[in-house]
Amino acid sequence: MTATTLPPGQKQQPTAALPRRISDRSRAERRLGWMLAGPAFVVMLLVTAYPILQAIYDSLFDFRLTDPKNRAFTGLSNYAVILTDRIWWVSLGVTLLITIVTVVVELVLGFALALVMMKALSAIRPALRAAILIPYAVITVVSAFAWKYAFGLDSGFVNSWFSWLPGVGPNTDWFGGQWSALFVVCLAEIWKTTPFISLLLLAGLAQVPEVLQEAARVDGATWWQRMTKVTIPNMKAAIMVALLFRSLDAFRVFDSIFVMTSGANNTESVSFLAYRQTIARLEIGLGSAVSVLLFLSVVLISALFIKGFKVDLSSTRGEA
Amino acid sequence: MSRREKAWWLVAGLAIVVYALFPVAWIVSLSLKGSADLANGQFLPTKLSWSNYQLILTGGASDLFLPALRNSFGICLIATAISCLLAMFAAYAIARLDFPGKKVILSTALAVAIFPVISIVTPLFNLWRQIGLYDTWPGLIIPYLSLTLPISIWTLSAFFREIPWEMEQAAQVDGATTWQAFRKVIVPLAAPGVFTTAIIAFFIAWNDFVYGIVLTSTNAARPVPAALGLFSGESQFEQPNGPIAAAAVIVTVPVVVLVLLFQRRIVSGLTNGAVKG
Repeated sequence: MTATTLPPGQKQQPTAALPRRISDRSRAERRLGWMLAGPAFVVMLLVTAYPILQAIYDSLFDFRLTDPKNRAFTGLSNYAVILTDRIWWVSLGVTLLITIVTVVVELVLGFALALVMMKALSAIRPALRAAILIPYAVITVVSAFAWKYAFGLDSGFVNSWFSWLPGVGPNTDWFGGQWSALFVVCLAEIWKTTPFISLLLLAGLAQVPEVLQEAARVDGATWWQRMTKVTIPNMKAAIMVALLFRSLDAFRVFDSIFVMTSGANNTESVSFLAYRQTIARLEIGLGSAVSVLLFLSVVLISALFIKGFKVDLSSTRGEA
Repeated sequence: MSRREKAWWLVAGLAIVVYALFPVAWIVSLSLKGSADLANGQFLPTKLSWSNYQLILTGGASDLFLPALRNSFGICLIATAISCLLAMFAAYAIARLDFPGKKVILSTALAVAIFPVISIVTPLFNLWRQIGLYDTWPGLIIPYLSLTLPISIWTLSAFFREIPWEMEQAAQVDGATTWQAFRKVIVPLAAPGVFTTAIIAFFIAWNDFVYGIVLTSTNAARPVPAALGLFSGESQFEQPNGPIAAAAVIVTVPVVVLVLLFQRRIVSGLTNGAVKG
């Protein structure tokens, strides 16, 4: 058992007497590795790869659950129906708008929160950390209800609190129009998910070497110069990872829209459109096609980030 | 730091606390409003009333809310336990062993985590109806693994990389097998990481809404978020706002308590390994 006592770095050292032993061990290690990680791997594949393949297959049929006998292969015609329909483009526009607005606002706000937490006196830091985790831990549906009721006509306080603003009165119906409704949806999303971004950014901030800051300070750099020339470039990886995760998460927006507007007044997101086709209208074929298009959009966004912005995902989440 | 600067950071910190607590305070306040107060247009109730809590815990809405609460706890706990167990073995292999496919497993976890839930749920809706998993606990536990397993694998591999592995080697020198070293030395060292991972995975499962509304139809398996979301539509009450707020408070309290108790660990679990150290 001499090979096992060596530290990992020296394991591969070629020693004339031991080559067979080492390859035996590495073969055993390989087998053990797959035995341990295999079940998790298979489960992950089963719960995602199988459904998406099924969705791709279903999307090629004209198939209603209310009329299962008349299932017919129609090729790509479901996609043609969707891509020529205004509803699809409206929902895609709404989804993109929510994604861009929330991610940009969250990045700025999250950065500010991270800076405050970084600089805050150590006495209040645990309190801040606990406070900022609360929105993260609150169920999205609960947060959506809280914001809906705050702005709602029947039980809200926003109209009476902000009646001094032009355009806001006791009868302002926030959910009656597309823009005002989307504004409230974005507000709820931003409140709920900014903490996640700010925690990722805080971890990035902590890794900016203090010596660089000191050097810049000695050279007479202003606060703004230090921020844009030293801090932000040095935490680019953290910013990009936060951006990627939040963009993909925002693109799937569903819960808030379901609770707040149910897609009324052109506030439907792509996820909600897929839900409405499949579950409410039982149009399995059309709904699957929307699901596949949503999936492709997510793949496209990830590819854009990874190739376009060179986000190195191998440096994230557990990869040694 | 000058005194003025100190005061400034204190104010900024206070703003964060207000930001985080304001909507929570609002929903608590709303849940304590009686029917006369609901539409008073104010933040606070004029008179405290427990009628909303009575309605959902013992009154007419309790047969909707209590089963949902039981479903949520049961389904989320089981899904969390399964994914933690699977992730524990996978993360050990990733952090410790040298085998090809490590990268494949981590990339798969990443891909599953960013997968749009809606794309998974539409085919499952049809399949579950055919094989009898629709509106059952296993019918939700299985898809919940797609939410909890990837984050468990990442978080745990990050935790496992921090473990002093010399101790495992020491155990092996003393004659322990790889398996014994894992069970007797690593498991106790890894327990805090596993615990944190379980909390985070539980949060994610607890938060689910899409699977909940699509794959259930009755009290048999419907979890709380789905029950809340559908409550507004099909309720026999004039004003569902009060009872929904009360139910929202009840499901928020346990997670807030968990956060307050374990905030340091949860933060390190969420960010550990997310950004390379």
